[in-house]
Amino acid sequence: MLHGFLPTLLDGTLTTLGVAGASLVIAVLLGLVGAAAKLSRVPVIRWLASTYTTVVRGVPDLVLMLLIFFGGQIGINAAAAALGYEGYVDINPFVAGVATIGFIFGAYLTETFRGALMAIPAGQREAGLAFGMSPMRVFLRITFPQMVRLAIPGFTNNWLVLVKSTAIVSVIGLTDMMHSAGLAAGATREPFTFYLAAAAIYLAITSISLLALGALEKRVTVGLRRAA
Amino acid sequence: MNFDAIIESLPMYATGIGTTLQLLAVSLVAGLLLAMPLGIARASGNVWISRPVWMYTYVIRGTPMLVQLFLIYYGVAQFEWVRLSVLWPLLSSAWFCAVLAFTLNTAAYTAEIVAGAMRAVPYGEVEAANSLGMSKLQVLTRILLPSAVRRALPAYSNEVIMMLHGTALASVVTVMDLTGAAREMNSRTYLPFEAFLTAGACYMLLTFSLVGLFHFAEGRWLQHLAPRKNSSDVRGVVLATAPRI
Repeated sequence: MLHGFLPTLLDGTLTTLGVAGASLVIAVLLGLVGAAAKLSRVPVIRWLASTYTTVVRGVPDLVLMLLIFFGGQIGINAAAAALGYEGYVDINPFVAGVATIGFIFGAYLTETFRGALMAIPAGQREAGLAFGMSPMRVFLRITFPQMVRLAIPGFTNNWLVLVKSTAIVSVIGLTDMMHSAGLAAGATREPFTFYLAAAAIYLAITSISLLALGALEKRVTVGLRRAA
Repeated sequence: MNFDAIIESLPMYATGIGTTLQLLAVSLVAGLLLAMPLGIARASGNVWISRPVWMYTYVIRGTPMLVQLFLIYYGVAQFEWVRLSVLWPLLSSAWFCAVLAFTLNTAAYTAEIVAGAMRAVPYGEVEAANSLGMSKLQVLTRILLPSAVRRALPAYSNEVIMMLHGTALASVVTVMDLTGAAREMNSRTYLPFEAFLTAGACYMLLTFSLVGLFHFAEGRWLQHLAPRKNSSDVRGVVLATAPRI
C-alpha cells in the first residue's frame, strides 16, 4: 500500500520525535526560568519575562521559525565575520527548528508553571523555611512535587500542540515526517495516501501521549481527595 | 535595519494583511456555522449523536493543521473523479483549499468549546425553564445557547488568536498572505530580519487588536460572571460597568 516507503516515513517519524523531544527539553528549562522570573521581586526581570511571553504569543510560530532560520543565518555569519572568521557558517535546520519550537513553547510553559506555582499556598513554603530547610530544599521537597501535579493538565495540552507544531519544520527543509511523506507522494503520485499515513502517525503520537500523561496524572494525584 | 526596503515593501504587506484577514474571517464564520450544530450534538446525552462528533474533533485536534491542509491541497488530486468533478476549479485553488482546511479545523475546536460551555450552564437554569413549560427547542434557543455563547467567549477568543496565527500556513501553499509577503520580500531582497520582523510586528498588532475586541465583548456580555471588584461599593461598580442595552 505504501509502495515500500514505510521505512522512509518511519525515518521521518524519528526526526519528528527527535525535534519534539529536544524542543521539549529547551521549553521546560525556559519555562522554569520564565516562571521564576515572572514571580521575581525585581521589576526588570518580571518585565523581561512578560515581554518574552507576550511577543511569542503575538506572532505565528511559522514566522518566528523563518526569522530564526533565515535571520539567524545572517546574524551568525555577521558575528563570525566580526570575530575574524573567514568561512561561511550554515545553520542546521534541525538546530533552527528545535531552537524556535523550544523558544515558543518555553513561553507557554512559563504561564503553565507560573500558574501552578501560584496555586501552592505560601504558608507551606514559610513552614518549610521555619523548619530550617534551605530554599533549595523547600523547592525540591515541597514546591516542586506539587507544581508537577498542578502543571500536568497545562503541560499535556502544550505537549500536544508542540508535537503538532513540529510539522512546520519541513518548511525550512528538515527531513521530518511531513518531508518524507512529501517525497513519497512525489515519487508515487499518491499524495493522499502518504499525507493520510502521516496524519495517522501524528494521531498515534498524540493518542499515546494522552494515555501516558493521563496515567502520570493519576499517579501524582493519588494523595489528593476530590470533593466530588 | 534597512528601513527603505521595508517602506518599499509596505504595499505588499498591506495586501498580505488583507488576505490574512479575509482567510481568517471566512474560515471563522464558516467554522462557527459548522461548530454550532456540531457542538450541540457533542453535548447531547445520546451517544449515537455525540460519539461521531467526538471522533471528528479527536482526529482534527490530534493531527497538525499543516497535514490537513496538504491532504486537501495536494491529496485530493490523487483521485481522478475529483479532478473530473465540477468542484475541481475550487479544489485546485490554493486560497479555497486553505479556507476549507482552516474551516474544518476551527469547527472541531469550536464545537468542543460550545459543548463545554453548554455543560457549564447551571442545571437550575434548565430546570427553571422546564418548570415554566418551555419546549426542548425553547430551552435550547432561549436558555442554553445564550448562556453558553457568553460563557464560551474567553475560550473562543483564544481560538480566534490561534486561527490568526494558523492562517500563516496558507503561505506554504503559495497564498500571498502576510507571511507570504514576508517570504516574498526575503527572497527578493535577502533581508530576512527586516522581512520577518515587519510581518511579526503586523501579526502582534492584529493579535492585540483582536484581544482588545474580545475584552470589550466580555465586558459587555460576560459582566454578570465577573468576580465582584469591590464588595463595599457594589452600587458604584454596577453603575460604572453596567452594559448599555
